[in-house]
Amino acid sequence: MDRFIEDKITKVQVKVEGQEKKVDFSELKTGGFIKQRQKDLFAVRLRCPGGRITTEKLIGISKIAHKYSKKGVVHLSFRQSLEILYVDYREFETLVDELSKIGVKVASCGPRVRVPTACGGCEYNPNGLTDTQGLAGMVDKKYFGTPTPHKFKVSFSGCPIDCARTREMDLGFQGVVDPQWDEATCTGCTICSEACKEDAIQSHPETGKPIYDPKKCLWCGDCIRACPTSSWQAKRYGHLVRIGGKHGRHPMEAKEIALFIPDEKVPLVIEKTIQWYQTNGARGERIGKTLERVGLENYLKFMETVFSGCSILEREAV
Amino acid sequence: MNEIKADDFLDLRGVLCPINFVKTKLKLEGMEAGQVLEVVLDSGEPIQNVPKSIKEEGHTIVEVKREQNHFRLKIKKSA
Repeated sequence: MDRFIEDKITKVQVKVEGQEKKVDFSELKTGGFIKQRQKDLFAVRLRCPGGRITTEKLIGISKIAHKYSKKGVVHLSFRQSLEILYVDYREFETLVDELSKIGVKVASCGPRVRVPTACGGCEYNPNGLTDTQGLAGMVDKKYFGTPTPHKFKVSFSGCPIDCARTREMDLGFQGVVDPQWDEATCTGCTICSEACKEDAIQSHPETGKPIYDPKKCLWCGDCIRACPTSSWQAKRYGHLVRIGGKHGRHPMEAKEIALFIPDEKVPLVIEKTIQWYQTNGARGERIGKTLERVGLENYLKFMETVFSGCSILEREAV
Repeated sequence: MNEIKADDFLDLRGVLCPINFVKTKLKLEGMEAGQVLEVVLDSGEPIQNVPKSIKEEGHTIVEVKREQNHFRLKIKKSA
C-alpha cells in the first residue's frame, strides 16, 4: 500500500548503557527518536524551548548533525525545534552523548507536556508585552515530560497578534495590557484614536479627548505606545489564558478562560490544569475534548481560586 | 503650546511606512539635542506607527495638531 515505507520492523537489538536490549521503536518515540520510512533511520528531535538556541550551541549542533545525519540535513519543526534527520539507531548512544556535552537535550513525543513554544516577546519585539522567552524556559524546566492523557502543548505569545498561535494550543498564554487614561495630562491630540486598530477609542468631537470602550479593546497597548504625553499608561500587564485548542485532523479553537493572569500565577495555572486533565482526561484524549465531555464549568470550578479576579465573565460584566 | 518654534520641517504626506519614519530619524540625526523638528503625517497607518517609533527612540512629541486628514507634529530631539 505504502510504497515508500522500506522498513516494517518495529523492534531491534540495541546497546543501552553497555547492555544488549530489545528496543521498541514506539517506545523510542517517547524519547524524541522518530522512526523514518527508511530502514534503520530516525529523526532525532532536539529540545529548543521557545525556539531559542545560542549561536554557540547552534555551531555545536551543526557539527554533530553533519556527522550523524546520513543526508546532512536538519528540519526546522513546526514547534520551533531542530530535528536531525537520517540518523542510524545504532549511533544513538554516541549522538546523545555528544549532544549532552554541548548542553543539548533530546525532546519528546507522545502523551506528555511538550517543549513550549514562544514568540520573541517583550525582550526585543516592540509589540511584546510579556517575557515569553523567560516563561517558555520556566515551563521547559518545570513541566517538560510530565505525563498527561495525550499530548499537551503550551505556548506563549507576547501580544494579541498571537504569532505563537495560542488559539491552537492545549494551553496558551497571550500577553495583554490594561490601558489607563489620565485626563489631566491629555492634550486631546486624537493620536490614540487613530492608533487604535479596534475602534475602541473615539475622539470627543470638541475636546479631542478619548472615549474608551473596554468591550472592543484587545489590550494590545497601541494607545499607550502612541500617546505623546504618556496620558495612556499601563495599569497592569498579564496573560489572556486560552484552553483546549488543537490543530491536526480536527482542529479546535481554544476557549478564553482568564484575563490579566500575572506572570507569577502562570506556573499555578499550568500545574492545576495538568492536575485536572490527569484526573478527568481519558487516555488518548486532548484536553479540548475532555472539556467538551466533562464540561468547561467543571474545569472552571476546579480553577476558581487560581482565576479569582481574572475571570473573563467578570470582564463581560464591566 | 502654540508658540513652539520649529528648527526644521518635513512634509511626509504621501510617504509610506516605514520610509516616513526613516526620513524623520535621519533628519533628527542631523539636528542638535533640544532642537525641534516639525513633520506632517497622513492619518491612518503613518499616524499609527510613526509617533510610537519616535517615542521608542527617546524623542519627545511636544505638539500635535490635527488638520483635515493629516497631523502636524513637533518633535524635540533627545539629549
